[in-house]
Amino acid sequence: MRHVISVLLDNESGALSRVVGLFSQRNYNIETLTVAPTDDVTLSRITIVTKGDDEQVEQITKQLHKLINVLKVCDLADAPFVEREILLAKCRAATPEIRAEICSLTDIFRGQIVDVTSELYTIQMVGSSDKIDAFISTAGKTIELIEVVRSGVCGIARGERALRA
Amino acid sequence: MEKLSGAQMVVRALEDEGVEMVFGYPGGAVIDIYDALYSAKKLRHVLVRHEQAAVHAADGYARCTGKVGVALATSGPGATNCITGIATAYMDSVPMVIITGQVGKPLIGSDAFQEVDTVGITRPIVKHSFLCSSAAELPLIIKKAFYLASTGRPGPVLVDIPKDVQNPRNLFDYEYPKEISMRSYNPTRLGHKGQIKRAVKLLAEARKPVLYAGGGIILANASEQVRALAAKFRMPVVSSLMGLGAVSGHDEKFLGMLGMHGTYEANMAMHHADLVLAVGTRFSDRSTNNVSKFCPEAKIIHIDVDPASISKTVRVDIPIVGSIDMVIPQMMGDIEELGLKPAADGLADWWSQISTWRQKNCLAYDRSSSLIKPQAVVEAVDRLTEDPVVVSDVGQHQMFVAQHFKFDKPRKWLNSGGLGTMGYGLPAAAGAQAALPGAQVVCFTSDGSVQMNIQELATCMEYRLPLKIIILNNNALGMVKQWQKLFYEGRLSQTCSPEYISSLPDFVKLAEAYGHVGMRITRPDELEDGLRKAFAMKDRLVLVEVLTDPEELVYPMTINGGAMCDMRLNDTETTL
Repeated sequence: MRHVISVLLDNESGALSRVVGLFSQRNYNIETLTVAPTDDVTLSRITIVTKGDDEQVEQITKQLHKLINVLKVCDLADAPFVEREILLAKCRAATPEIRAEICSLTDIFRGQIVDVTSELYTIQMVGSSDKIDAFISTAGKTIELIEVVRSGVCGIARGERALRA
Repeated sequence: MEKLSGAQMVVRALEDEGVEMVFGYPGGAVIDIYDALYSAKKLRHVLVRHEQAAVHAADGYARCTGKVGVALATSGPGATNCITGIATAYMDSVPMVIITGQVGKPLIGSDAFQEVDTVGITRPIVKHSFLCSSAAELPLIIKKAFYLASTGRPGPVLVDIPKDVQNPRNLFDYEYPKEISMRSYNPTRLGHKGQIKRAVKLLAEARKPVLYAGGGIILANASEQVRALAAKFRMPVVSSLMGLGAVSGHDEKFLGMLGMHGTYEANMAMHHADLVLAVGTRFSDRSTNNVSKFCPEAKIIHIDVDPASISKTVRVDIPIVGSIDMVIPQMMGDIEELGLKPAADGLADWWSQISTWRQKNCLAYDRSSSLIKPQAVVEAVDRLTEDPVVVSDVGQHQMFVAQHFKFDKPRKWLNSGGLGTMGYGLPAAAGAQAALPGAQVVCFTSDGSVQMNIQELATCMEYRLPLKIIILNNNALGMVKQWQKLFYEGRLSQTCSPEYISSLPDFVKLAEAYGHVGMRITRPDELEDGLRKAFAMKDRLVLVEVLTDPEELVYPMTINGGAMCDMRLNDTETTL
């Protein structure tokens, strides 16, 4: 089962390494991880995508909560939530046909072309991980992808639910 | 406001925290702290002979007093030598603050002399750690360190202080915080009312209950409350290795230790129970055997201050997160309020079943042997001492003590349960004796374990710590040898070779070389008198080497992969 865990923690040096260390120490898996300060600059927010059964994820959230720097932990997948990931993909755009193909695919997936050289286009795309996966597998068939970078998932609960200090 | 340097602040903050004693070893990155210690009025420093021993000694100090133990070491090798001690304390939830020096901030990350990433290396084995970046924040960090170490589920907290932060030329305002609160740390003290109601109802209905006592009871100083609850329902009590002493070993309701080397009656009672009340324990693999076969008929109530310990290995029916010293009185209150009565027949059927299990006499051993049996030594020490603090190292001797010594009170049994650290015994005993100068401290150890921190005999001499060290010398690394005999077709690899045996030191001379008294007991008929003589030397450290039967194995022993009721009872008999 895929879980999206949100963690609110002190924005101080060493705090992130405690979280990452916990995952390797206890043999939990990390599929993606994003981290950045929140509107309150003393706090950071981490979103971790992990796989595990309910018991494993219960342990993960408990162990995360036990870290002294961690204020709040929640499994977003418990209720409706929004998740987004950013993709930046550099691809070969050598011929007019390929350039047209890139523009068309990018349009279909509601992406943008954010950098252009005579030979290369860079595509930016925002969406769920599924959508990004779909783009990469589709694009891979007709376009030569030179470099792909994904941000990892960040997520937020729908509706009233909010993770605040 | 008073102005102090970082180094002076460390000493003053420890004094203001009420610390009486710190165990440490000087070095380049803490030389300023040692300079400040030189003129300390209240704080006493105990110089060990190896940093690992400083941490074990602080650990022994903490376990026997309930106070936070403090260790001090320099950067680099000083810090890495602390690792085993810190991990030992972490696994057994011992409240401790470890202060390490670090290279100056400008040098951090440059592979400077005696630099290691101490915070990084210790991260998985501390409750929390701090890298102090300026002297001005030292008082708050030290306050937090003690608060974290001693509250909730206790544990070791590390404070790493770069050398420039200690600089005696830079003075800062010093005021030690009186109170502390941390927005991200609020351990639950009171248990959930609804869960407690459900729990006490189950307790009153149970026909075959067992109270499974863990070390958390001792950490929470809740021994009296737990004893009262057990008495109220006339509940059989079993104990984890760490819980020994929480309930008296002399109590008729006490069935002994459970688990891998637990008693037959304790393991049978657990397996057949209809209700297990687990208090302050973490269902370690050494206790449960195969978790999928664990207590098949029992509802399980689990009280623990650490939510992450609940349903970690064994799914429980009623989890209660809270401090045991709060939760048990809450339970007693509900029992009163709901008018719950103990079973009218005093659980007669259950007790009669238990007494048949007891008749197995699973801890019996050959008392007529011409060789000294290790069990006999433990029993003799129990007979000849009054209310001692018993420290043990790790291995067969540790299990013999756990099985045969009847611990009456909490904080009288110090051993490395979770990590199983050979070499723990002697320094921890030294720490306990330093903490309790008038107490009788007995350290059980072995030819293997004692050599892992033997240098502490010098510390014991310097501070005149009159330990009684009992070496159960079986000419072997016995526990591994036992496994090799049972599971490796007797291929005794590196555990008792003639070369190992002939290379053992003369322990009597060794004790004497350090200025202590050494004795050797070789025959059963010398045992009682020899020990008596040793204990009579009240102000001397006496090292007693007892030559024990090298072939004696620790039984019962649960059968790997089985349920708790699956045990080897001796060399030939199993329960299967």
